[in-house]
Amino acid sequence: MFPLFSRAGKASLFPKKDVYSYLILAAILLVVLPLSMDIFRLNLIGKYLTFAFVALGLVLCWGYGGILSLGQGVFFGLGGYAMAMFLKLEASNPENTKIQSTPGIPDFMDWNQITELPFFWQPFHSFTFTIIAILLLPTIFGYIVGVAMFKRRVGGVYFAIITQALSAILTILIIGQQGYTGGVNGITDLRTLHGWDIRTDFAKYVFYFVCVAGLFACLFISQFIRKSKLGRLLVAMRDKEDRVRFSGYDVSNFKIFIFCVAAVFASIGGALFTLQVGFMSPTLVGIVPSIEMVIFCAVGGRLSIIGAVYGTLVVNAAKTSFSESFPELWLFAMGGLFIAVVMAFPNGLAGVYQTYVEPKIDAFLAKKKLKIQPDKSSGTDTEKSLNGGIAHGQ
Amino acid sequence: MASSNTDFLLSVENLTVSFDGFKAVNDLSFYVDEHEIRVIIGPNGAGKTTVLDLICGRTKATEGSIKFRNREMTTLREHEIVKSGIGRKFQTPSIYSDLTVFENLEISFPRGRSVWGALAFKRDEEVINKVNEVAQMIFLSDQLDRQAELLSHGQKQWLEIGMLLMQDPELLMLDEPVAGMSVGERQQTAELLKRIIKDRSVIVIEHDMQFVAQIADKVTVLHQGKIIAEGSAEKVKNDPKVIEVYLGH
Repeated sequence: MFPLFSRAGKASLFPKKDVYSYLILAAILLVVLPLSMDIFRLNLIGKYLTFAFVALGLVLCWGYGGILSLGQGVFFGLGGYAMAMFLKLEASNPENTKIQSTPGIPDFMDWNQITELPFFWQPFHSFTFTIIAILLLPTIFGYIVGVAMFKRRVGGVYFAIITQALSAILTILIIGQQGYTGGVNGITDLRTLHGWDIRTDFAKYVFYFVCVAGLFACLFISQFIRKSKLGRLLVAMRDKEDRVRFSGYDVSNFKIFIFCVAAVFASIGGALFTLQVGFMSPTLVGIVPSIEMVIFCAVGGRLSIIGAVYGTLVVNAAKTSFSESFPELWLFAMGGLFIAVVMAFPNGLAGVYQTYVEPKIDAFLAKKKLKIQPDKSSGTDTEKSLNGGIAHGQ
Repeated sequence: MASSNTDFLLSVENLTVSFDGFKAVNDLSFYVDEHEIRVIIGPNGAGKTTVLDLICGRTKATEGSIKFRNREMTTLREHEIVKSGIGRKFQTPSIYSDLTVFENLEISFPRGRSVWGALAFKRDEEVINKVNEVAQMIFLSDQLDRQAELLSHGQKQWLEIGMLLMQDPELLMLDEPVAGMSVGERQQTAELLKRIIKDRSVIVIEHDMQFVAQIADKVTVLHQGKIIAEGSAEKVKNDPKVIEVYLGH
């Protein structure tokens, strides 16, 4: 599961195997899917991929760091709403809203007898500010939550419950403050970005590729973290927190850091969701979506960065096709899936791949190598069998 | 409570900790010299492990002072205590089972201990050499690439001792380092400990009196949170009070 480092050799950021996995994923997302799907389906994939940002953050935070957050919807919402507020303001120029009693403010505010744009909406006129807010708001919020919890050594189930409560609170707040947030309907009817219509097929293509590019940026950041000493420290903390603490590390700082990283990833995902789907609503903030995101991560394999992407795609594809035929059964299926994965495949799709598929590929490649270079292969063979032995030992 | 500055490496004065009124450690005072090997013995529940917990900051003292190089430790946080030079081994082997032996040792290397430091940490020659050197000492040179979970119990104990050596503390605290080991491993561990305690001060909790006599400069006997005897192993062994509460049975 964890790569082995040879004593003398330094750890490389991208071992060969990882390079192949990234290339395959890139080929699927950038070539295979865009060529084989119409824009409606591709846009759907793009929507799923925005959840993959959250699942990716959970791999780092939960899989590596052992910090289970059931409130990632909060951060998804922060990013999504920030983007939606910017787009909504652009859509609500005086011209478009001249039939309102107060032109120039978002329509839902007008319906709620608000006559002036609230102060916290003002800065969202600026796209630069919006982008900064998408990155900074979740960091600040994650930092506050992290300091409040981890410095007091709140962890495990208690932390999970508190994050869940946070997502419930934010949902209630959004729904309750209808005049400022658009309430239960969310922020809808988003039209243009700097005058460029975001509802066209072309825009959807552009956003899809922007989304994939963003996802790969986050994948690389995750890979860097995983391969750094910080990544190993997270694994160490998950196992023996006290030992890390008494080796001279301030454990809480590392937890805060990784929680903030997961928060920012989720927020970027949220912003891209708004762009591609064209609205943002509290249904993406609450407890159910937050738990769904944990399931995406678990199905993909909570220790696999790339697995998070596949897990998200598979579960969402299943959700879409299943919920079309049996809408009321879907939540039960989801719960069942989660239990099944945790019980039978604790390392998700990635674990299944590593246990059953990878050894066969390795054996195949080793055989090929043997034919080509008969004398050089003995060393790699021992290494491979050692690798395999350890993988089975886990 | 006023506490004085001393020449001792570690001075523990009037240390008390009470858990809901139960005093696990009661008005304890002792001093450890530079390069001294101190062994703490005593029956179960005497408060031995609690004393180590108090020194390394795992448990907060109710009263009293702990000074390391005349610096008060009771107000510091755990990682700050480690940084000032105190290392501690836990009773049950505390290692990172998902990481390799190399990575286990590497984490204890005293560099890059902040978040950004850990991100920027490079595995350079210095680290690799130090890990190899320590691995040699703890008999795990040929196990460096192995996942730590797969080590035997004794090897895990050595690995944790090795992690402390990476840290290179001035004061090393070991909680029953040979517990659960086979006779052969015990012998090897005794050799290892004798080698590593040469240039530092050590506090050891141990039950094996033969082992204690081999290594101790001074023995402190705890009973119900209080010191009932202190002195050379020979002197303590013949103390009637010690025989009554501890060695007698």
